[in-house]
Parts: sequence; C-alpha cells; structure tokens
Amino acid sequence: MNKREGEGCSLRNADSAQELDTSANLSSSVIAAFKVFQKELDTKHDKYERLVKISRDVTIESKRTIFLLHRVTNVPDTEDVLIEAEGKLDVVRQKIGLIAEELRGEDIHQFHRAFTPGIQEYVEAVSFLHYIRHRSLISLEEINARLVFMRTEKADPKGSSEAAPEGTQVLTFQVTPSDYLLGVADLTGELMRMCISSVGNGDIDTPFQLSMFLRQIHDGFSYIGNTGPYEVSKKLHTLRQSLGKVEDACYALRVRGSEIPKHMLADVFSSRTTLIDPEEGVV
Amino acid sequence: MSVTEMFSYIQGFLSADQDVREDIRKVVQTLEQTAREILTVLQSVHQPSGFKEIPSKCTRARELFCTVRTQISDLKTKFPVEQYYRFHEHWRFVLQRLAFLAAFVVYLETEALVTREEVAQILGIEVVREKGFHLDVEDYLAGVLIMASELSRLAVNSVTAGDYTRPLRISNFINELDSGFRLLNLKNDPLRKRYDGLKYDVKKIEEVVYDLSIRGLAKEAEAVGDK
Repeated sequence: MNKREGEGCSLRNADSAQELDTSANLSSSVIAAFKVFQKELDTKHDKYERLVKISRDVTIESKRTIFLLHRVTNVPDTEDVLIEAEGKLDVVRQKIGLIAEELRGEDIHQFHRAFTPGIQEYVEAVSFLHYIRHRSLISLEEINARLVFMRTEKADPKGSSEAAPEGTQVLTFQVTPSDYLLGVADLTGELMRMCISSVGNGDIDTPFQLSMFLRQIHDGFSYIGNTGPYEVSKKLHTLRQSLGKVEDACYALRVRGSEIPKHMLADVFSSRTTLIDPEEGVV
Repeated sequence: MSVTEMFSYIQGFLSADQDVREDIRKVVQTLEQTAREILTVLQSVHQPSGFKEIPSKCTRARELFCTVRTQISDLKTKFPVEQYYRFHEHWRFVLQRLAFLAAFVVYLETEALVTREEVAQILGIEVVREKGFHLDVEDYLAGVLIMASELSRLAVNSVTAGDYTRPLRISNFINELDSGFRLLNLKNDPLRKRYDGLKYDVKKIEEVVYDLSIRGLAKEAEAVGDK
C-alpha cells in the first residue's frame, strides 16, 4: 500500500487528483458490494456458531444420559433410572428444537456439519434407552417422530381453541440416515460396555442377548459396506472390536460358567474387564 | 422393525443417494470441460498478439457461456432444489472456476468488478437461495480471488507486450478489491486461505507499477493516453 501511495505522489498533480477521483468512484461501488457480502457472511457464520453451541449442549446432555443408563446394570429398580433418562432426553429434545428453529427456512445441509456430532450422540442415547427397554433397535422413523416441536406464534395470541392448527407452528427435525447410522455404530460401543459390566454383576442372560443383537447390527453394517458415508467404514472397525469382546465374554461364560459357582463369576469377570478397559479408552 | 429391515431401508436410501451423485458427477464433468474451453480462449490474452483481440475473445467466451447455461440447467434437473448444499461439494469447484471466468470476461470488457448478479445472469442461475440453484457468496468471492491472480499475471504480460497503462489500471482495481476483502470477517476456511494469497498478487502488481514508474514508462504512457 505504501509503495502505491508513494507512486501516486510522484505523478503530476493533476494526474494524482484524477486518479484519486476514479479510485473514490470505484471504492463506492466495490466497497458497497463488499459491505453487503460482509453482512451476509457474518450472518451465516453467526448462525453456524450458534448451531455448534447447541450441538455441544446436545452432546454433553446425551453423554450424561448414557452414563446414567449404564447404572441400570447394578441398580435393583431399573424403571427409576429409565424414567430419569427419559427426562434428560426430553431436555435434549428441546435443544434439538432450538436447532430446528435456527434451521427454519434454511437448507439443512448447509449447516449440517455444525450439528451432526450432537445429533449422532442423541441417536446413540435414545437408541440405548430404547434397547434397554424393548431389547430392539429403534427405527429412524421412531426417532424422527419424537422430533416434532410445537411452537406457538407470539404474535398470534388467540390461536388456542379453533385456530390451533394454524396458530401453532409445527417444526420438525429430520435425522438423516447417515447420522442415524453413525449413531447406531456408536451405540454398539455402549452395548459392549453394558455387556461387560453386566457380566461383572453376575448377570448371565444379558451378554447372550447383547451378542445376538450386536451380531445383527454387525451384519447390517457389513451389508451396507462401503456404500455408506466414509465415516461408516471407520466405525465398522471399532464395531468389529466391540463384537469380538462381547463374543469372547459369551464364550468364557459358556465354557467356564458350568465350572465356576455363580457367586464367583463376578470375580472372574471383574478381572477380565480391567484387562479390556484400557483398550476401551481408544474407542 | 427388525434390525435387518432397518438396515436394508437405510441401504436403499444410500444407494439412491449414490445414484443421484453419479448423475451429478457426469454433468459436472461436461461443465468442467466447457470451463476449460473458455479458459483456453481467454488465456490467449496473455499472448502479445492477443491484446488487440480481447473484444473478439470475449465474444467467443460469451458464446461458450451459452453452453454453460444449458449444462447448468441440465444439472438442475438432477436433484431436488432444496438439497443444494447436500451435493454442493460436487460443483463447488467448477462453479468457482466459472465465476472466475465470468468475472474475467467482464473485467476485460469493462475493467470493472463483476457483480454477483451479473455472474448469476451469465451462468443462468439465481442469486438468492430461495429461488433455486444459486451462486453461493463464498463461491463468488473465491472466483473473484482467482481472477485477482490472473490479473497480476496479465499485468506482467501486458508490460511485455508494450502496454504500459494497463498495469496501472489493474493496480487500482486490485487495490480496491483488496480493501473490499479487508472488510470481510473470514473464518479459517478455504476462502480465507485463498484470500491470504491476494496480498502476493497485490505485491506483484505493485512491483510492476514500480518498475514502470522509475523508468518513466508509466508517465510516458499517460502522456500518450492524454493525447
């Protein structure tokens, strides 16, 4: 810039005046255009940041729910835990409602990267809860069906009785199939932990159920193979490890379960879990 | 729904998605071909003889942009319009190239910065997202930045060809552009990376202008221009 100004001075007076004039003219149109771009980009970045923030909250709350659900194995009354987890997930859903609100009128995919970690974590939590309750895999529709939010328009106070469908606005959030898939892949890690800890508690049925279920999921992922998004193939590797651990646990139960008295099983497997745990940290 | 059913449902979705991507890729390939042709036409302005032919080259490029328009309208039919950003990656690169080419043509014709509306019009697309297939602001800006480095090259070559006034005009223009980009708060993204290259283009043109100034060539050229 300095060099240019120096160059301007070296020109004759009339010329430099003329040059200033043209550059001022240019600046008005170019600068005005860039001011518009500035505003547009800032709006976009702000929205993105807000979404990232909400997504973080969703992730944290979902993780806490998962930790809570892991307590199911050593608590006598599972129903209490499940109800508490359900309550936590309601909070998470409200947050997802905020995402849906931010995305109103936008292209979901434009901001998808901002909130995909949170959504995956939510899928993981909600499918974990569903598994503990129903021993089955939650479907994508079931997840999406719960992500419908009612927003009453503030500007429209009367719409309670007859104008309810028009007055309240229905916002939906659609979990994309690939987010669902990645969330389910994460779920298998949780199931593996659940399996090991239930063995530790002397529960002999759960590991076998879990290994069946994990195998089904594994088969499903093998069926999808590399047609899915890139991350899926990465997760498939961890999934295989989890499955291996669960199958080993079942194997050990079968082989040694007949030899060892039931009350000592806990000791056998608590030593086993410590063997497995450090590796689990990588997952 | 059993696990197997669920997975085959997802699989169905994924393969449909892949088909769409395959279609898009094919059209984008033809689009890239046309973009390369336009670039070849415009590259000749760097030749010493090319300077006189700028208007005819621009007309030729504009003709080729007609092909671009039909190819883009073909692309539009390949996916639902509200899923623009889902497949954005596929045409982002070529759209930036095309924005650059449009900006370059407009610069060569009028020596002014092309507006986003003009680019959209040349490519036969929209400016705002709500109206359909549009030109993302970041892609437009990326195209403008590509043009900046092309212009720094043009400044050097125009001196070689004996045109001493053009670098001064280019210098003014690039400085405007630079102060325009300074207004933007860019995140650490590809656009920012590209913007970081702009200062080298500015520097290069300043050096050309400096060389001309100390040799009095700029003044001489001005005098010729005044007559």
